[in-house]
Amino acid sequence: MSGHSTYQPQNAFMKWMERRLPIAGLIHSSFVAYPTPRNLNYWWTFGGILTFLLGMQIVTGIILVMHYTPHADMAFNSVEHIMRDVNYGWLLRYLHSNGASMFFVAVYIHMFRGMYYGSYKEPREVLWILGVILYLLMMATGFLGYTLPWGQMSFWGATVITNFFSAIPVVGESVVTWLWGGYSVGNPTLQRFFSLHYLLPFVIVGLVVLHVWALHVVGQNNPTGIEPKSAKDTVPFTPYATVKDAFFMMCFCVVFAWFVFYMPNYLGHADNYIPANPAVTPLHIVPEWYYLPFYAILRAIPNKLMGVVALGGSIVILAFLPWLDTSKVRSANYRPLFRQFFWIFVLVCLGLGWLGAKPAEGGYVIAARILTIYYFAHFIIILPLLGWIEKTKPLPNSISESILKEGLPAGGSGPAPTVSKH
Amino acid sequence: MMRSILAAVLAASLLGVAPQLASAADDTPPPPRQKWSFSGPFGKFDRAQVQRGFKVYREVCAVCHGLDLVSFRNLGQPGALGYSEAQVKQIASEYKIKDGPNDQGEMFEREGRPADRFPRPWANENAARVQYNAVPPDLSVMAKARTYERGFPWFIFDIFTQYQENGPDYLVALLTGYEDKAPAGVTLPPTLSYNKYFPGHAIAMPKPMEDGRVTYEDGSPQTLAQYSKDVTAFLMWTAEPHMEARKRIGFQVMIFLLVFAGLLYFVKQKVWYDVKAGRI
Ligand code: HEC
Ligand code: HEM
Repeated sequence: MSGHSTYQPQNAFMKWMERRLPIAGLIHSSFVAYPTPRNLNYWWTFGGILTFLLGMQIVTGIILVMHYTPHADMAFNSVEHIMRDVNYGWLLRYLHSNGASMFFVAVYIHMFRGMYYGSYKEPREVLWILGVILYLLMMATGFLGYTLPWGQMSFWGATVITNFFSAIPVVGESVVTWLWGGYSVGNPTLQRFFSLHYLLPFVIVGLVVLHVWALHVVGQNNPTGIEPKSAKDTVPFTPYATVKDAFFMMCFCVVFAWFVFYMPNYLGHADNYIPANPAVTPLHIVPEWYYLPFYAILRAIPNKLMGVVALGGSIVILAFLPWLDTSKVRSANYRPLFRQFFWIFVLVCLGLGWLGAKPAEGGYVIAARILTIYYFAHFIIILPLLGWIEKTKPLPNSISESILKEGLPAGGSGPAPTVSKH
Repeated sequence: MMRSILAAVLAASLLGVAPQLASAADDTPPPPRQKWSFSGPFGKFDRAQVQRGFKVYREVCAVCHGLDLVSFRNLGQPGALGYSEAQVKQIASEYKIKDGPNDQGEMFEREGRPADRFPRPWANENAARVQYNAVPPDLSVMAKARTYERGFPWFIFDIFTQYQENGPDYLVALLTGYEDKAPAGVTLPPTLSYNKYFPGHAIAMPKPMEDGRVTYEDGSPQTLAQYSKDVTAFLMWTAEPHMEARKRIGFQVMIFLLVFAGLLYFVKQKVWYDVKAGRI
């Protein structure tokens, strides 16, 4: 799609460079001339927002490391040292902790956008699977990072999550001991988690490069779900997409800043301001909000091993989405039945998230079981069946025709905003 | 589509409500809401209040509770208690700090200096446990380390109203929530007291204050309720010493972001004008 570069070096140096390392041409063809569908709505700005947040996490993270001490006896106080004594340390830390939450808000919107508009379908399967791997890596990075302040939730969250591995038959216990570097979560655990928390974001950067590369090979999907057919269907990335992304990124930053400056601890747990204490178990051990739906699925299943399998399966199944969805039509705008099931699925995920924060007892468990079954049924039963039974609406002949027919300005149609706090 | 969404919401809320009814047996009431000078986007500490709270801490709580993360110099920082450098020096000098070893290899005691941290009231945790039946937790970040559950839908409204004083509200409730006698049917070991708001109600901290315990020089009421609020405000400051700067900068950042977003919106409209008109 990006084709050969139309980049014309303007001065002698750039001409000299272009013949040796055509990096300016690469940037030009990827982020300037790159044709984007003219009808993209604001749900398409979240890829850029994710890239921005990734950069921000890395920058704030690197500075935090300059003041942080990865040792079980000092980690908690070194974080407080950052909050109290380091110039604008409180800002760095709140940006980083709330940035992680915002990262997940954005990735969930980004993923639901892909599901709504069928962005995972041929020829975007590899792009989608790279996205699922990115999401897995993000979950791992977020979990590792949350252990670093070494508060009560850090310690007990790490204990609970690493204990999942003890469900593995035969070797489970040994694997857990190996992960911990001892017979319980302790200083060796903290130090290796710190090392990995520093490493994974750079793995994510590498995968984002592949993700964007794959994107630029197949091109972006769009609200109609049909491929651009002529030059009339697209506009150049710069200035059209750039300015639109920039505008919406600022709007997103308002939400981000709201949390950072006004309610910096809202998305965290009070218990994590209590230093880790292996002798005292918190009343409720609750993971960060972005893992809650999966936590609910885990606890819905009475058998530990099966619970872990279900948890893993609920994420891995996303990678098979391109083949589970049998419909030829991409966009939910032309799939009246799918559109209903899509919104039910969103509500089921929110419901699971809410249940994940509740104690695993009584009615909560029953509700979590029902929603867990529905979650998997959505992928294994509903999506394959819908493709065969659904009567889809007629597709427009081209993107530009769809705009003329609807009389809508570009960026008009799209799903209603969803609440993202579980 | 709307209909099916409504139906799903209804079903979800039924699923949600049922278990809530089932587990309504928990008898810890939610802490009453207090008014705080530091709440909201323009919140600031009330200097007189945090100074009174500091006095309460020194005269009552400091017997048992440390303030490990706080240095004397912090008291005089911008956005703190409003003490001058001389006042901070004076306060620090009223404390005895263990230092050393000196040239002879001996530990010694000296007057406190602004750079020192508040000294712990007990030698070690075991000593504290023997004396008080439990280790009195450090109070430096206590105001952020406690909360109570808001429940659906309040936790969503809280995002918009910026309610985040769950911790301070709980502290006031805890300090005023002692009951002389445990309710009928509840027997407590003699070393524990009954507190309405403490999870499980049996707390190792004896009722720490009563009316008239601390003398205020500024004419504020010398009541348990007032002491509790004041010491909590002080503990909010120790937990979040840069809160005033955070909210002030936050407002500036918000203005910047909104203006910049507005400008970008108009740039975007201009750039897309021809595309929307169908000319490109
Ligand atoms: C006689 C010693 C003593 C004094 C004086 C005292 N406390 Fe405590 N405090 C304790 C002990 C012991 C605990 C631990 C209670 C437990 O875990 O059961 C405690 C616990 C607490 C807690 C934590 C409660 C919770 O939710 O876990 C707070 C907050 C607290 N004290 C505040 C104060 C304040 C404020 C003052 C001063 C007004 C004060 N205390 C005075 C001994 C004391
Ligand atoms: C670190 C996390 C991620 C970053 C930085 C990132 C970045 C991007 C960017 C810049 C785009 C192009 C702009 C756009 O179309 O929105 C994009 C597109 C896309 N991403 Fe991601 N992404 C991330 C995670 C994910 C995840 C977790 C998924 C799904 C599981 C995913 C699926 C997709 C798909 C399908 C597209 C193509 C969109 C379309 O054209 O319809 N991405 N991503």
